[in-house]
Amino acid sequence: MSMTAESTIRENNAITSAQLLFRDMLLEGGITALLVAQHLPMKNTVMPTLITDPDELRAVDPFAPCYSMNTAKVVSKLTRKSLESPIAVVLRPCEIRAFVELVKLKQGCMDNLLVVGTECLGAYGNRDYPIFAGSEPMAATLRFYEKAQGGTTATVNGLEMAPACKACEHPVPENADLVIGVIGADMNGPASVTAKTEKGKALLEKIGREQSAQSSGREAALAKLMEERIAYRDKMFAETVEATSDLEKLMSYLGNCINCYNCRVACPVCYCRECVFTTDVFDHDPAQYLRWAKKKGVLKMPTDTVFYHITRMAHMSLACVGCGQCSNACPNGIHVMELFRTVADETQREFGYEAGRSISEDPPLSTFKENEFPEVTARTH
Amino acid sequence: MNDFEPVIIAFVCNWCTYTAADLAGTSRLMQPSNVRMIRMMCTGMVDPKYVIKALLEGADAVLISGCHPGDCHYINGNLKARRRVKLLKAILKRFAVDEHRIKMTWIGASEGIDFAAIVTGMVKEVKALGPNMLRRTMVI
Repeated sequence: MSMTAESTIRENNAITSAQLLFRDMLLEGGITALLVAQHLPMKNTVMPTLITDPDELRAVDPFAPCYSMNTAKVVSKLTRKSLESPIAVVLRPCEIRAFVELVKLKQGCMDNLLVVGTECLGAYGNRDYPIFAGSEPMAATLRFYEKAQGGTTATVNGLEMAPACKACEHPVPENADLVIGVIGADMNGPASVTAKTEKGKALLEKIGREQSAQSSGREAALAKLMEERIAYRDKMFAETVEATSDLEKLMSYLGNCINCYNCRVACPVCYCRECVFTTDVFDHDPAQYLRWAKKKGVLKMPTDTVFYHITRMAHMSLACVGCGQCSNACPNGIHVMELFRTVADETQREFGYEAGRSISEDPPLSTFKENEFPEVTARTH
Repeated sequence: MNDFEPVIIAFVCNWCTYTAADLAGTSRLMQPSNVRMIRMMCTGMVDPKYVIKALLEGADAVLISGCHPGDCHYINGNLKARRRVKLLKAILKRFAVDEHRIKMTWIGASEGIDFAAIVTGMVKEVKALGPNMLRRTMVI
């Protein structure tokens, strides 16, 4: 039961049609603030902004192929306490899925929150986006969609999309109240808006949007997109498994890690308020380093690199949504997204869990059953 | 490899397995001396990073042992530990750490004989696996 509304003739492309939708939401929809990505006036980049003034929507571009950060972290900050008045957040599918995980970890709240999901064809890494966008970022966004509709590995200006996006099998938002559709659509026309929940439907009625059909080419375009992405993903899994198939290979994979912990900072689901690796526990006594060095005659500094990464896997792999912000943030170009996604695929399968799938599904480590996993404690002698 | 003596780090709960180990000792049961025991209040507080650290430091195996289901002094710490061990095994398996190097058992306070038998069996198993190669390699 979904209802699709199409914007009116005032709009000439997908971006302006979305801006008008947001304007109506703020003016007539009872939404007091809108969290949405926009092109910053002072820098050629896209960042989430919290907008209350309907006249401040000119630079808003929810489709820009740029993912500076996973906005789920920002939504978590906004909803740490339940919201007093309705707020709408415009998110990519990976951001919604990360936010679902945070809500389950009690680091976010869905009350009074309207989630607007945008269908997503992928994005560039933070270093590539400014090169891609050039001086006319809005026009660049529209150009990107023309090319990207053709498939996930399409290059524009010779730049490759982020690997996380090429491997993403979730281009369509899940758990959203409203979905803005771009798959298979002509970006030079208005974007379609579909209500997926009662909350979303009520909002569309309030702002007087009418029902209409989704673009006719959508199904075929989506099928093609999924096929390409799953093929890319499976190839990535196979290559990463091979590249890290034992601890020695893992050490070589992570050899240029400098313990900056950027992957943890950028990770939307690394949920600890204070990471143990930055506490006194790892502020070792100077003599300790010498004792360690003496043991094998050599000690790699800084220490605890593989220890950190495997421990982090034990923390976040069950909640990993594969957004790729870890790779986006790595200063040394280590393919951490590939590694974490590959491990997450395995651990989530072990527990029959999929991060971000459902708000009602308990995170595996927050629950247990009395009779389960007999193989873990089985006696072998 | 006949002279290989494995080092096994055991995280045991105060209420059941530690008491069982104590009983095995006071009953003068023969058992190999390869186990370095760390007494925890509950297996539910065995942080995965303790196990990871032990293996990265070159321990040949890790044993986590607590009360039988239903007997946990803290009601269900052992059942939470079981999920963490399952997760750890899944992660470490990816990096070719043999899953026999991480063992979880339930040994009740009165089961001194079981404790001795499990330790004996585990030492035999780990000897067959051979030493943890990280004992000598530089770990980053």
